[in-house]
Amino acid sequence: MSAPAGAPHPHAAASARIPPRLGAPAPAGPGPRYQNGPAQNQMQFPPGYGLHPQGYGVPSGLYSQGPGKSTPLPLESQYGTDYYSGHYTVPTQNVTLAPGPSTMNMQLGSQQVYGRGPLAPQTVGSTPGSFPGSVASSASHLHTGRPQPYSSFDNHYNSPVIPSANSSIASQGFPLTSGHYAMSTASGAVYPSVSYPSVPAGDPYGQVFTSQSTSVITQFKENSFPGQNTAISHPQQQQQQQQQQQQQQQQSPMGYNTSSWATPGLQSTQDNLTQNHIGSLATVGNPSSADSSSCPGKQNIQLPKTSSAPPTVSSGSVSARKQPTTDQATNPVVSGIQPPELLLQEGMQYGGYVNNQASSAPTPSSSTSDDEEEEEEDEEAAIDSSSTTSSASPVPNSFDVLEGGTYPGETMDTLSSSTSSPAPALSVPQATKPAKPFGYGYPTLQPGYQNVGLGSGTQPSNPAYSGFQQYAQQYPGMNQLSSSLSGLSLQHSSQQPESLRPVNLTQDRNILPVTPVLAPVPNLSSDLKKLNCNPHSFRCTLTNIPQTQALLNKAKLPLGLLLHPFRDLTQLPVITSSTIVRCRSCRTYINPFVSFIDQRRWKCNLCYRVNDVPEEFMYNPLIRSYGEPHKRPEVQNSTVEFIASSDYMLRPPQPAVYLFVLDVSHNAVEAGYLTIVCQSLLENLDKLPGDSRTRIGFITFDSTVHFYNLQEGLSQPQMLIVSDIDDIFLPTPDSLLVNLHESKELIKDLLNALPNMFTYTRETHSALGPALQAAFKLMSPTGGRVSVFQTQLPSLGAGLLQSREDPNQRSSTKVVQHLGPATDFYKKLALDCSGQQTAVDLFLLSSQYSDLASLACMSKYSAGCIYYYPSFHHTHNPSQAEKLQKDLKRYLTRKIGFEAVMRIRCTKGLSIHTFHGNFFVRSTDLLSLANINPDAGFAVQMSIEENLTDTSLVCFQTALLYTSSKGERRIRVHTLCLPVVSSLADVYAGVDVQAAICLLANMAVDRSISSSLSDARDALVNAVVDSLSAYSQTSSNSQQSALIAPTSLKLFPLYVLALLKQKAFRTGTSTRLDDRVFAMCQMKCQPLIHLMKIIHPNLYRIDKLTDEGAIHVNDRIVPQPPLQKLSAEKLTREGAFLMDAGSVIYIWIGKSCDNNFIKDVLGYPDYASVPPKLTHLPELDTLYSERTRSFLSWLIDNRPLSPVLHVIKDESPAKTDFFQHLVEDRTEAAFSYYEFLLHVQQQICK
Amino acid sequence: MEAVVFIFSLIDGCALIFLSVYFIITLSDLECDYINARSCCSKLNKWVVPKLTGHTIVPILMLISLHWFIFLLNLPVATWNIYQFIMVPSGNMGVFDPTEIHNQGQLKTHMKEAMIKLGFHLLCFFMYLYSMILALINDLTWKEMLKLGVLHYSEQLRSQK
Repeated sequence: MSAPAGAPHPHAAASARIPPRLGAPAPAGPGPRYQNGPAQNQMQFPPGYGLHPQGYGVPSGLYSQGPGKSTPLPLESQYGTDYYSGHYTVPTQNVTLAPGPSTMNMQLGSQQVYGRGPLAPQTVGSTPGSFPGSVASSASHLHTGRPQPYSSFDNHYNSPVIPSANSSIASQGFPLTSGHYAMSTASGAVYPSVSYPSVPAGDPYGQVFTSQSTSVITQFKENSFPGQNTAISHPQQQQQQQQQQQQQQQQSPMGYNTSSWATPGLQSTQDNLTQNHIGSLATVGNPSSADSSSCPGKQNIQLPKTSSAPPTVSSGSVSARKQPTTDQATNPVVSGIQPPELLLQEGMQYGGYVNNQASSAPTPSSSTSDDEEEEEEDEEAAIDSSSTTSSASPVPNSFDVLEGGTYPGETMDTLSSSTSSPAPALSVPQATKPAKPFGYGYPTLQPGYQNVGLGSGTQPSNPAYSGFQQYAQQYPGMNQLSSSLSGLSLQHSSQQPESLRPVNLTQDRNILPVTPVLAPVPNLSSDLKKLNCNPHSFRCTLTNIPQTQALLNKAKLPLGLLLHPFRDLTQLPVITSSTIVRCRSCRTYINPFVSFIDQRRWKCNLCYRVNDVPEEFMYNPLIRSYGEPHKRPEVQNSTVEFIASSDYMLRPPQPAVYLFVLDVSHNAVEAGYLTIVCQSLLENLDKLPGDSRTRIGFITFDSTVHFYNLQEGLSQPQMLIVSDIDDIFLPTPDSLLVNLHESKELIKDLLNALPNMFTYTRETHSALGPALQAAFKLMSPTGGRVSVFQTQLPSLGAGLLQSREDPNQRSSTKVVQHLGPATDFYKKLALDCSGQQTAVDLFLLSSQYSDLASLACMSKYSAGCIYYYPSFHHTHNPSQAEKLQKDLKRYLTRKIGFEAVMRIRCTKGLSIHTFHGNFFVRSTDLLSLANINPDAGFAVQMSIEENLTDTSLVCFQTALLYTSSKGERRIRVHTLCLPVVSSLADVYAGVDVQAAICLLANMAVDRSISSSLSDARDALVNAVVDSLSAYSQTSSNSQQSALIAPTSLKLFPLYVLALLKQKAFRTGTSTRLDDRVFAMCQMKCQPLIHLMKIIHPNLYRIDKLTDEGAIHVNDRIVPQPPLQKLSAEKLTREGAFLMDAGSVIYIWIGKSCDNNFIKDVLGYPDYASVPPKLTHLPELDTLYSERTRSFLSWLIDNRPLSPVLHVIKDESPAKTDFFQHLVEDRTEAAFSYYEFLLHVQQQICK
Repeated sequence: MEAVVFIFSLIDGCALIFLSVYFIITLSDLECDYINARSCCSKLNKWVVPKLTGHTIVPILMLISLHWFIFLLNLPVATWNIYQFIMVPSGNMGVFDPTEIHNQGQLKTHMKEAMIKLGFHLLCFFMYLYSMILALINDLTWKEMLKLGVLHYSEQLRSQK
C-alpha cells in the first residue's frame, strides 16, 4: 500500500478539492452545473480515480477514508453525498469513458473509427442515453441486437474484447479517451491510480478531444452511461432513472454528467447507497463504478469481440467483425497519431501515467512484442491484418492457433481469449457481457428484478475489480447489503420467470426449446460474468451454490463440476513469466477473482490468505505500465496458460513418443483394419504433434509379440519375434522406438508393408497382455502414448480373459452382470503406465464379445481414451471403417499434452467428493494424467463441508500442468466464480440441468458398476422424484395433482428418461455387454457438449430448410431449423429429418418425402431409387443441397470427432437405430415421456 | 491352559493394535498427500490378510476355550472383516484400491473404520489382560504363587500397612 497509496493520495486530495466544487455547483443550478460539469467531469474523474485506486489499494477502507480526507470540502451532509455521488459518478464516468467511445459512435457517428463494430454497442449506448438507463434495458437492447445465441456469446466474449476496444480506442485517436480507457478499463485495474490521474489530465483531454470533437462527446455520453449503469446496479431504479434523466439532460448539454451527479436526485440515490455502504462506501462506489466501467467496456468490447469472433458469429456479428478489423487497422494509425497527444497528456500527468499512456498507445498496434499477451493479440491479429505483425512473434506457440478449431464454442473461447488478448488487461474482466447473462438467464426479468440482480451482481463484481470479497469481508455491511439484495431478489422471485417460473410438466407438452439449450449464466455482477470462465470449459451443476450442505441436501440435486480443461481453443492468453503468482498457502494461481488489498498485496479467493504481489507482477508488459497488477492478463482472464519454469518439472520435458500396438491375429486381418490404420498413419505422419525429438515405434502381436527395429541405417525394417510371452523382454531396447524424422523412410516402408505381412496368418490367439507389458517396458523410460488396436478377447499370457457374456441375458430386465473388470491385470498395468507417464488408448474393433469392461481399465486409469467399433469390417461395414478413418485422423493430429497433472481447487468449505473421468487420482485433489487430449471431459462431485455463510462467492480453479508436444511445460488454468445463495428457491433458479444430467450419468455409471444396474436406474428416477418433490414443497401454491417443475428444471425428467433409454442403462432391450460398457465409458469421459448430444440427440426437419434465422459462418449461410421433440409424432412421411446424436448423424427420409428434396439433396430421382445405405450427401449445385450441406457441415464442424452420416429410408432395417433415439416414445420395455411423468408424479404423491 | 489362551490373545491384540495404528498413520499420510494412493494401498493391502487372520484367530480360540462373551464380542468384527475381504470386486486390487480410495469418501470411511477398530482392540486388549491375570491367578496354586512371590509380595504390602 504505502508506495502506491502515496501516489494515489495526492490525486485523491486533488480530486477532493474538485469535488467540493462540484458539490457547490450542483446546488447552484443547472447552468453552473453544466459548466462545472465538464470541468468537473474531468476533474472528478481524476479524483474518482484517485479514490478508486486508493480504494483498491486499500479496498474499501481506503475508499471511505480517502473520500473523507479528500472530501474535506463536503463537510456538509449534502456535500458528503455530493461527494459520494461524485465518486460514484467518477467511477461511472470513468466507466463511461470506456463506453464513451461506443456512445461516441452512436451519437457522433464517428463510426468510422469505432466502426460498425460498435453497432451493438451503439444500440446500447443509445439506449442508455434515451433511457433513464436501466441497465436491464441496455442489456435487453444488447440482446435484441444479437438475436442469436452465438451473438450472445459474442457478447460475453466481447466484453473481453472490450479491452481491445479500449486499446483501439485509445489508439484511434481518442488518445485522451484512450488514456481514460486505459485507466477506466483498468478501472478494475484502475488501481492504477496513476492512470486516473491522467484522467484529470482528461481535462486536457477534453481539450484535445475538443479538437477531436467526437471523442469528447463520447466521453460524456459514456459518463451518462455509467451513471445509468450504476443506477441500475442499485436497487433504486426510479431514483436512478430520474438521475439518469437528469443526467441525460445534462448530457445533452455535453454529457456533463458530473453536474447531474451533483443533482440532488442522484445524490439521494447515491446517498442511499452510500449510506448503506458507508463503511463500504468505497466498495459500493467501486462496484458501481466498476460496473459502469465494465458496461461501457463491454460495449466497446463487443465491437472488438465481434471482430475476433468472426467464425462463429452470426451474420450480424460477422459484419461487426469486418468492421473491427478496420477499426483495428485504423487504430494503429491512430495510435501513431495519438502518441503526441498522449505525450502531452503525459506531460500533464505523472510519470507513471506516462507509462500507461505509452503502453496504451502501443498496445493497439501491438507492434512491440509484449510477450505473453500478444498471442491473444495475435489471434485478433489473425482477424485484423494490422495486428498480425506484432502478434506473431511474441506468441510462444502457434499452438493455439493450430488447435483453433472452428467450433462455435471454441470460437467463443477464442473470442474471449482474443478479446482478452487484444486488450488483455482491460478486456478480460469485461469479457463476459452482462447482457448475455441477462438475456439468457432472466430474459423476462422485470426491471426491478434486473436491478436487484445487478445490485447483487455489482457486489460480486467488485471482486472482479479485485476486491469484492475483500470488501465483503472487511465491510460486514457489504455482506448484509448483499444478503438484503438477495432477499430482494427472492422477493422478486415471481419475476424470475425464466428460471423459476413453474412449469406444469404434465400439461406443457412442448417444453423443449427450439434452439439448443445454453448453459445458464451465474447470477453474478456483470463484471464477474464477463470474467467468468467459458461454460464450455467449466460448468457447475448449480450456478447458485447453496450455503450449507443441509440446503444442498434439501434441494436433492447433485453438486458438481463438469470440466473440459484441454478443449481446443483458438485463442488463449499465454503468459511467460519467470514467477507465476500463486497463493502461498493453497497454491492457487492468481486469477480474476482475487482481490487486491493494495498494490502490493492480494488476497486469495480460495483460502483468503493475503499474499504479496511480486515485483515482477507489478509491471504489465502488455501495456507497459508499472504498478497495475490488476491489469495483468492473469487477472483479466479466467482462462490462461502459463509457460512454466523448471520449478514445475521433475525431469526435462519428455519428447512426444508414440507406440502403436497392433493386433495381427487372424481375426484382425480378417477385419481388415490394418490397412486403414497404416494408411491413416502414413497420411498423418507429418502431422503428428511433436518436435524434432518425436519418437515412434510399433509392436504387433498374435500369439507372439513382434517388435520392429527401425534404427536409422537399416535398409528395411527388421522384425523381431519374441515368443516367450510368459516372460516378455525387449530384444533390442534401443532401436525399437526411433526418431520419427530420422527413420521416416523405414517407418513408411513398414507401414506400407504391414497390412500385407500377415495376410495368410492362421494364428487365432491374441497375447494382448504380454504385448502390453512389452509396450510398458518400452515406454517406461520416456512416457508417451500407446495406441492399442485389439480385435478379440485376449486369450494368451497374462491378462487373458474369458467370455463372460451370456447372449440370452442381453435383454434381461433384471440383473446385468459383468459390468466391472474380470481381472485387475489391466488396472495394475494402467497404474504402472500412469506412473511412468504413459497413457494407453484402446481401439477395440471386434465383432464378438471382447470384455471391454476389463480391457477398458487399461485406458481408464492411465488417462487414455477408448474407441469402440462394434462389428467392424472394412468391407462389410463401411460406415464403421469410415468412422475409424475419421477418428484416426483426429486422433493422430489433435493436440496432446504429456505427463500432465490436474489439480482442482475450490473455495474453503467445499471439497471434492468423487472424480469421474479417465485418470488416476493420486492424492485428494490431484489427478494424474499421463496424457491429456482435447476431447477428454471430467466431472467431479462436490460436497459442502463447512458452511459458506461468510462468503458470497465461491471459486473453483483447475490447473492443468502438462508438457506440450513441443516440449514446453505449460499450465492451463481455468477459474470459475459462482454466487452463494441461502434459499432453496435460488438454488433451483440456478440449476444447470445439462450439467446435472451429465453428472448424474457419471454417478449412475459408478453405481451400476459398484452396485447394480437396477440400482442405478432407480437412483436416476429417484433423482427426478426427489428434486421435483422437494421443489413442490418449497413452492407455496403447489397443486398436488400437477407435476410442477421450475423452468430451470423442466427438462430434467426428459433428460433422465433419455438417460434411462441409453444403451448404458436401458434394460429390456437387447444390448450387448460391450456396447453397454462402452456407453458407460463414454459417459465417464466425454465432455458435456458431446455427451448431451449422445443422451438427448437433436432432431431437425431438413426438407424445408429456409434461410430464416440463418447464421453466417465463414461466409456460408447456415440455416437454423428449429429443434424437434424426439418423438415419432414429429416425423411425417412427407418430411426428411436429421438427427444429430453425437457420434452419428442420421437422416431419415419419409416414404412420401418431397421428390424435390430427394432430387435436389440426395441426387436421386425418387424415393424408391434411394439406396438403403447411403453415407454421403452428394455435392449438388442446388439451393437445397447447398443449404443442407452447409447445415450438416456446420453440425460436424462443431465437434472434434466427426460423426458418420447415415441416410435411412423409412422401411430400411437400419431405422431401428434411428427410432431408438426417439426417447419420448414408448418402447416395449420403457416408458414414454408422458408415462414417465405420471410415474414420477405417482412416486411424489406416495 | 486358560492363561495361555489369554496370553496369546493379548499378544494378538497388541499386534492388531499396532496394525490399526499403522493403518491410521498410512491413511492419514495419504490424506495429507505425503504418499500417493498407489503406494498407500499396496502397503495396506499387504497387511489385510495378516490382520484378518489375527482377527479371526481370537474368536476361534475363544470358541474352543468356551469363552462365550469374548467370542460373541469378536464375532461381528471378524465377520465384517471376512465379508469385506470376500466382497472385493474381481477387478480391484484388494480391499484398498488406489483408483477408488479417493472417491465416494472411501478414504474417510477407511479412516473411521481403522479408528473404530483401534478402539475395539484397545478394549479387547484390556479385557484380555484382565482375563489373563484372572486366569493366571486361578491357574496357580498357592504354593506356586508363593514360589513366584505373588502372595509373598502382597502379604508384605499388607504387613507394611
